[in-house]
Amino acid sequence: MSESDLHGPAGLAPGDEEEVRIGPRVLGYVVGLGLAVLLTVTSFFIAGTDLVWQPSIPVALVVLAIAQMGVHLVFFVHITTDPDNTNNVMALAFGLLIVFLVVGGSLWIMSNLNQNMLPMDQIMQMQR
Amino acid sequence: MTDATLAYGRGDPYQLHGGRPHEGPASKRIVTGYGFWIFLLSDIVLFSCFFAAYAVLLGQTAGGPRGSEIFDLRSVAAETALLLISSFVCGLAMIAADVRNQRWFQIGMAVTGLLGLGFLALEYREFAGLVGRDAGPTRSAFLSAFFTLVGCHGAHVSVGVLWLLTMMAQVFAKGFRADIMRRLLCFALFWHVLDIIWVAIFSVVYLIGSAA
Repeated sequence: MSESDLHGPAGLAPGDEEEVRIGPRVLGYVVGLGLAVLLTVTSFFIAGTDLVWQPSIPVALVVLAIAQMGVHLVFFVHITTDPDNTNNVMALAFGLLIVFLVVGGSLWIMSNLNQNMLPMDQIMQMQR
Repeated sequence: MTDATLAYGRGDPYQLHGGRPHEGPASKRIVTGYGFWIFLLSDIVLFSCFFAAYAVLLGQTAGGPRGSEIFDLRSVAAETALLLISSFVCGLAMIAADVRNQRWFQIGMAVTGLLGLGFLALEYREFAGLVGRDAGPTRSAFLSAFFTLVGCHGAHVSVGVLWLLTMMAQVFAKGFRADIMRRLLCFALFWHVLDIIWVAIFSVVYLIGSAA
């Protein structure tokens, strides 16, 4: 990778350069596809196997899914540490915070409710 | 310390620009990509609400079928493959657009769209099969959440295919103008993010859902 590759012309997105190198970019997509296929196949294999301790399977699936989303973000969406990308990364971090609050909070609250509430048939009996 | 470095230090006290001099406003392409990225993140937040609903309602089958009884994992694997390859080919089509190669761009976009349509056909078959055997969205809270989440993703893919056809026509008629290239950037981002959401769907909805 040459010096001009690392520090592109100011204010230009990667695709805007006059001279576009096809090889490394195609290679990036191929590497991304390979990693994504590997993670997907692992997910489907883990989900149906008896080889591992069963309660660990959902956790493994979540970890594999997060890893694959990371692969997609880096190799397909091109989220990088480039200064031009700082705003995108900050927005992504904020989005992930909201996603975490919504999903984690919902599961936490609803499981608490399930534990602390009477079963539905007993509520029905009390209302009679 | 010279005046220039002092001024620089005041303007950027934490050296966020990595030692580069000030460059003025970012190019329109970067601003457009950023705006569309924020829209996509809001879309991801929307999906996270549906994911939360699905996770909460996973066990509420109301005597109806459970996930393990209705999910066909081979069909899901085929859908995953179609969408993943279409995301890959979409990236290749964007490279073709960057080198202004009309023919390979159109071929790449056509393959991307056909793979997307194949995905939609498989999903339609699955939904029609479920509704046909009395496992439609009205059967239980679990199935309502399932159809809302997966159907919302399918609606996004449908819109994406329409957008893809529009972009093929625009590039064919107007060529690789700067504004068309910005629209292509947004389309590619949209298509890749749909694939990211599908990763979450096949992991959480189908694989974890069929174990529960």
